Amino acid sequence: MTTYIIRRIFQLIPVLFGVTLFVFLLMHLTPGKPAQIMAGESAPTHVVERMEQRLGLDQPYHIQYVRFVSNIAQLDFGVSMRSNLPIIDEIRPKFWVTLELAIYSTILSIFIGIIAGIVSAVRRHSKSDIIIMLVALFGLSMPNFWLGLMLMQWFAINWGWFPPTGWGTPGQVVLPVITLGTAGAAVIARMTRSSMLEVISQDYIRTARAKGVKERVIIYRHALKNALIPVVTVIGLQFGALLSGTVLTETVFAINGMGRYVIDSIIARDFPAVQATIIIISVLFVFVNLIVDISYRYLNKRIDLD
Amino acid sequence: MSKENSILKINNLQTSFFLEGDNEVKAVDGVTFDVPKGKTLGIVGESGSGKSITAMSILKLIGHPGKIKGGEILFNDQNLVESSEKEMRKIRGNRISMIFQEPMTSLNPVYTVGQQISESYSIHQGLSKKESKKKVIEMLKLVGIPSPEKRINQYPFELSGGMRQRVMIAMALACRPELLIADEPTTALDVTIQAQILELIRELQDELGMSVIFITHDLGVVAETCDYVAVMYCGKVVEYADVKTLFKNPRHPYTVGLLNSLPRSDMDQEELIPIKGTVPSPDDMPEGCRFAPRCPFATDLCREKLPNLDDIGDAEQIRCWIYTDEWDGDPEVKVYEPQK
Repeated sequence: MTTYIIRRIFQLIPVLFGVTLFVFLLMHLTPGKPAQIMAGESAPTHVVERMEQRLGLDQPYHIQYVRFVSNIAQLDFGVSMRSNLPIIDEIRPKFWVTLELAIYSTILSIFIGIIAGIVSAVRRHSKSDIIIMLVALFGLSMPNFWLGLMLMQWFAINWGWFPPTGWGTPGQVVLPVITLGTAGAAVIARMTRSSMLEVISQDYIRTARAKGVKERVIIYRHALKNALIPVVTVIGLQFGALLSGTVLTETVFAINGMGRYVIDSIIARDFPAVQATIIIISVLFVFVNLIVDISYRYLNKRIDLD
Repeated sequence: MSKENSILKINNLQTSFFLEGDNEVKAVDGVTFDVPKGKTLGIVGESGSGKSITAMSILKLIGHPGKIKGGEILFNDQNLVESSEKEMRKIRGNRISMIFQEPMTSLNPVYTVGQQISESYSIHQGLSKKESKKKVIEMLKLVGIPSPEKRINQYPFELSGGMRQRVMIAMALACRPELLIADEPTTALDVTIQAQILELIRELQDELGMSVIFITHDLGVVAETCDYVAVMYCGKVVEYADVKTLFKNPRHPYTVGLLNSLPRSDMDQEELIPIKGTVPSPDDMPEGCRFAPRCPFATDLCREKLPNLDDIGDAEQIRCWIYTDEWDGDPEVKVYEPQK
């Protein structure tokens, strides 16, 4: 197990190489000189050259790349074009906000999704199954921002139960987390349902019944652990997507997170900031996948990792 | 047969599957047989004859859309058909156990062998993990698994098919059941392993004094292991006899057909004689005797009216017009001619 984790971490090296190379090239493959773009189209040549010198953009590409990577390794993402502050200091608080938002939403969607999926599978073709699957379909097809606006309208403005915007107090957490967790819960519910239905028809479930095991124990002990593997995959993907995909929700609820930072940076052509966010999100995504793979092994020892 | 000595008596059991559009498939259609205490009953028949459904009905493990429609299953005078789910759970795995055809898929892949066997002890005897561990090791030893102390921590995928079936048997016998139902337990195994498993079941039967229902389509296995045989065809028992009588003097044309289609090493055989035709599909069941369309002796009577399962002799029953007074065919008909 430990050797596996170590090996998986080594396997991350080529992935991270690819990510950094891609991000690095992104800057150089876009039309026009990077320095020109950063300085603005109308900037005079000597300003652009000074900028190139300052950023090391006059060096050969491979040297630029090595410097780029070694800076990243030290968490030095350079200086924001907008504020002239180190990007890492700008990102850090926003990153925690987004991470919190993603974690809470994922927990909510796991909780609701798995329970709804199990109920649906166990009572297949019943009224509760049909209702759960309809609600799930609704949750899946509803755009985030619309759901956010509706929640805000009813729960914040009309009834005043929760504050409409911001992040930090427990009350402020509720509406954005529901907004983001709904779609995830719907996907997890559908996945759990189909996975459970497949497992319930397996021979070993019949064996458990023949052993005199209670139906509830069969569902939660014998079936669920087997059914969770595809669900865990979906949860991992959901979480990864949430880390980068909370832009709209952050905008609707005026939350100062990573999503908004990326958009603002792109609009302002703040290249170093865009690069930094892409790299941070990619690395996180890769690590989330690593955790998912390790949890497979926990769920089913048969998945041979070594 | 002396009825007092039966551990299980099934009377006119009917299990049907209700498919869409009011389509009823009668998988088990009036099955009647006894399992004498301490003996082995073989249930023989082709695929689709209802033998497995009969077995599942005994433990009431028939799931939607199947349903036990009628009849009695008397287990020590308790009618299982009328027992509640709670009462059934106390019987399953405790007083009646079952082992299945597919050892490869019948064990839960995510729990260790030890965890799966000890579950029986915790359900039925309320033992803690520690208390049951010793019993699990004992049980694994009993079914002939080498170094059981190590095996209890292994997962099913680490064991071979034969070992898994031994684990299944250990699990089924953990609580020393009075009745073991073995549903084709050796079909999926290699021939050498088959013999070992059969031998093991027989030994354990003697040791624990339990009764066994052995479901199989292999007459060789029946000859080797069973005391009594019920031959099933299309959801009905067509012949019931003790094993010696059945092999020496089979009466039902279907039983004779099954025997004739067996390869025999003790005589020069040019070719095997298969039973002509195929098993009728459930939605096209013949009106009279189910076997009439394939029976070489069938008369108009056979095609029109279903014969009853009649007692002949002490422990023999037969469902065939030939052995009744109403028989309208050749009175001298020889259903079975012993081959020399």
